[in-house]
Amino acid sequence: MTFRMPDDTRQPPAQRAVNRAEMTRRDLLRSGAAVATATLAPGVTLMAFGGSPAEAAGAADAGKRWGLLIDVSKCQDGCTDCITACSEENGWHDTGHPETDAQWIRKVTLKNSATGHTAEMPVMCQHCESPPCVDVCPTGASFKRKDGIVLVDKHICIGCRYCMMACPFKARSFVHEPTVNQKSHAPRGQGTVESCTLCVHRVDKGGTPACVEACAKAGHEAIIFGDLKDPESAISKRLAGYPSVALRPDLDLNPGVRYSNLG
Amino acid sequence: MARIAAILAFMLALAGMAQAEERSSLWPDIPKASGTPHPEGNEYWRKQHMELMKHDRDETMYEGDRQVQASLKACFDCHAVEDETGTPVTYASDKHFCRVCHDYAAVKVDCFMCHRSTPDGVDEGSAHARLMSEPEGETGVKSLSAYLMGKAPKAAMRTNSQAETGE
Repeated sequence: MTFRMPDDTRQPPAQRAVNRAEMTRRDLLRSGAAVATATLAPGVTLMAFGGSPAEAAGAADAGKRWGLLIDVSKCQDGCTDCITACSEENGWHDTGHPETDAQWIRKVTLKNSATGHTAEMPVMCQHCESPPCVDVCPTGASFKRKDGIVLVDKHICIGCRYCMMACPFKARSFVHEPTVNQKSHAPRGQGTVESCTLCVHRVDKGGTPACVEACAKAGHEAIIFGDLKDPESAISKRLAGYPSVALRPDLDLNPGVRYSNLG
Repeated sequence: MARIAAILAFMLALAGMAQAEERSSLWPDIPKASGTPHPEGNEYWRKQHMELMKHDRDETMYEGDRQVQASLKACFDCHAVEDETGTPVTYASDKHFCRVCHDYAAVKVDCFMCHRSTPDGVDEGSAHARLMSEPEGETGVKSLSAYLMGKAPKAAMRTNSQAETGE
């Protein structure tokens, strides 16, 4: 049996050069299995433990808390660019079962019954500081990363859906159908719960979530992404300078997603 | 006398070959990979790949390290097996890199219920989805029978060579 292999000889990642079989336990503990090597001159190699490019970019840094600020007055009626972008980025889509299909982000229309004024806004996982989904998860699959992003470890998720019932924002979805053509950065499978990841795969590389990018591309700039713990970030300055609200403030969950010009 | 010895040596050599053939005929034909070989060696990776992937998965998901070595995505950078048309095959094909050994070992892989089994951008198609949604037993029987069918020509050859040396 013969197999044709790709012709391109892709450059392997720099870490490939590290022989993990020969790494000691101490190396692993110090480095988090990430060792960067650089050849300065023939025979002179610089080895740096614990200094991977990801860490330099600030991946999962406890000193940060990622959040969104959504300006409801800038969100355009009928525009669904953020939803489309999220769906394409993370590979979730309709399967012909509107009652149960996954929705990582949805447009919600608010109507003031006294004045008749309506407003649309996107609602996704609010990345709470005290997430009820994490509280109720019986297996520990639901967790909050140290940078505030709330995720599901689908290797541990048993699909019990307690988190879906606990979430006051209906932000989580259960995958009912077999999945195919997932994105490699967003595995998703039948029998597990999923929700907005704040595009964690992009954030870890210093990027911004797909919805934020799509909204800016459409010229609306209704969503700002940034570090809530950094007083100099655009989102913190806007939050400090203008009024904003959390959804369901009565629950005291301190969500990472906030709304301005609501109502 | 010398002639008898020569015949004896010849027969012994034949028997030796037959034995080697028999031993290897059911072994998986592991597809060759592109890219740089693992510095730890293939034996280490064959034994440890799940531990390495599980370790690096946690590094990625909990610590946010996106530069890990052992991820399924990184596997398929080098271990994507292509079909006759040059398209990487999915886990639905018995030529898929993971299936070659796992069919041999009769160990069912459920990674691809959630993860894609090809590099990004390849259409996995409905065959892949069907395979993943089938009851476990059915998939197991199918993959085992596919594996044995693939080996059938070689097994037949072995029987022939045994018959020859037996005379």
